[in-house]
Amino acid sequence: MRRVALRSVALFYLAAILVGPLVVVFWRTFQHGVAPAWDALSAHDTIHAFELTLLITGIAEPVNTVFGILCALTVVRRDFPGKGLLNAFVDLPLALSPVVVGLALFLLYGRTGWFGPWLTSHGIRFLFALPSMVVATIFVSLPFVAREVVPTLREIGDEQEQAARTLGAGSWQTFWRITLPSIRLAVIYGVILTTARSLGEYGAVAVVSGRIQGVTETATLRVQEQYENFDLAGAYAISLVLALGAVLVLLTTTLLKPKEEVV
Amino acid sequence: MTEPQAVAALKLTIGASVVVALLNAVLGTITAWVLVRDDFRGKAVVNAIIDLPFALPTIVAGLTLLALYGTRSPVGIDVAYTRAAVVLALLFVTLPFVVRTVQPVLEELDAEMEAAAASLGASDFVIFRRIVLPNILPGILSGVALALAKAVGEFGSLVIVTGNLPFRTEVASVYVFGRIESGDSGGAAAIAVVLLVLSFALLLAIGAVRHYATRFDRA
Repeated sequence: MRRVALRSVALFYLAAILVGPLVVVFWRTFQHGVAPAWDALSAHDTIHAFELTLLITGIAEPVNTVFGILCALTVVRRDFPGKGLLNAFVDLPLALSPVVVGLALFLLYGRTGWFGPWLTSHGIRFLFALPSMVVATIFVSLPFVAREVVPTLREIGDEQEQAARTLGAGSWQTFWRITLPSIRLAVIYGVILTTARSLGEYGAVAVVSGRIQGVTETATLRVQEQYENFDLAGAYAISLVLALGAVLVLLTTTLLKPKEEVV
Repeated sequence: MTEPQAVAALKLTIGASVVVALLNAVLGTITAWVLVRDDFRGKAVVNAIIDLPFALPTIVAGLTLLALYGTRSPVGIDVAYTRAAVVLALLFVTLPFVVRTVQPVLEELDAEMEAAAASLGASDFVIFRRIVLPNILPGILSGVALALAKAVGEFGSLVIVTGNLPFRTEVASVYVFGRIESGDSGGAAAIAVVLLVLSFALLLAIGAVRHYATRFDRA
């Protein structure tokens, strides 16, 4: 009895909060057939928004992959003062409000900010343009690769690396032949999470982009814009595409992840 | 910062986040228990969709919630632009945290201990309170702290859902955004610093809980 009661509570909770809303969006999107949804998606500004999102993700992804691996290697394999602090700082983007991230960039690079005047005098447009959006996205998706790689690095230990060294391998060779193959899965997993976060970033990008339609509007900003202009069909259609992306991410991570570890 | 609108936004943010964190502690623990100790068809699917709020863009989360619980709700529940909507949106985005911190601990917890307690005549409630709860408490606490941190800073899912009515549904991050948009980055920075300090404090709390939970492993 107790078992069934608890199961019902849990399943009802998940249905009401997670599954229900998504089903309704799916239904609403195709309420009047496929054509309106398709029209909404093929609007010029919408296509541009998706292209911009993909471009930003395409830049943020490799940067964070390299940084994440370097960061994990530093945290696990090196010992230096302030290591605990670095460890905590890597997690900060996870706990920080995206709006605060955006504001920080705004204050640093704005007209009266630290780097703002220098950039303006060199003719570089940072805020309300691609660079700030890329930096904001990199910031919010920073921790994922590092967080996945750190536990794996700890687990494999450094005996094989030391063995490689004693056999005359350089540090570069050791990394490519020993370390990277053993952390491969963790890296892939981290990259997928980075991608999901970058594709879906809203708050930080909303602050720094200026939300200029057809210019600095990403897919998520486009959703809000369409919604505010009462173009529900458009908002739902873009949302559905983004949601399908999220489901794809879930599927891949579920298939990749070994059964025993869950978090 | 002492501006009434800012104070109201901060109060709402902290109040709603605490409510959501407590709800998560209960519902998240139940969900984790069901996923570990129960067995039913489609459990693997249920387990996979728990992470959906992590993968789904927050703005999409807001829009989907409004599709079911908004003005044109097919089930007749309309919470759009109310404080209930704030809680609902925060519940959505924080759903995975407690489940995912409690689940691995429950998996490692030996069911034999519970069986032994039951054979000695302990009731379900006593078993939970004396055996299960002490073991999963660090997991619940760190999950709750993570959920709090996420809830306090949440922005995307709240923009559409709450309508951002000052003094009623405007949360801190939305207030900060509004200040930036109207060119008052000083006013924005003041509240942002409060959010920043809260995030830091919660990160430290999570670290402390982890430190405590692993005290035997480290020895």
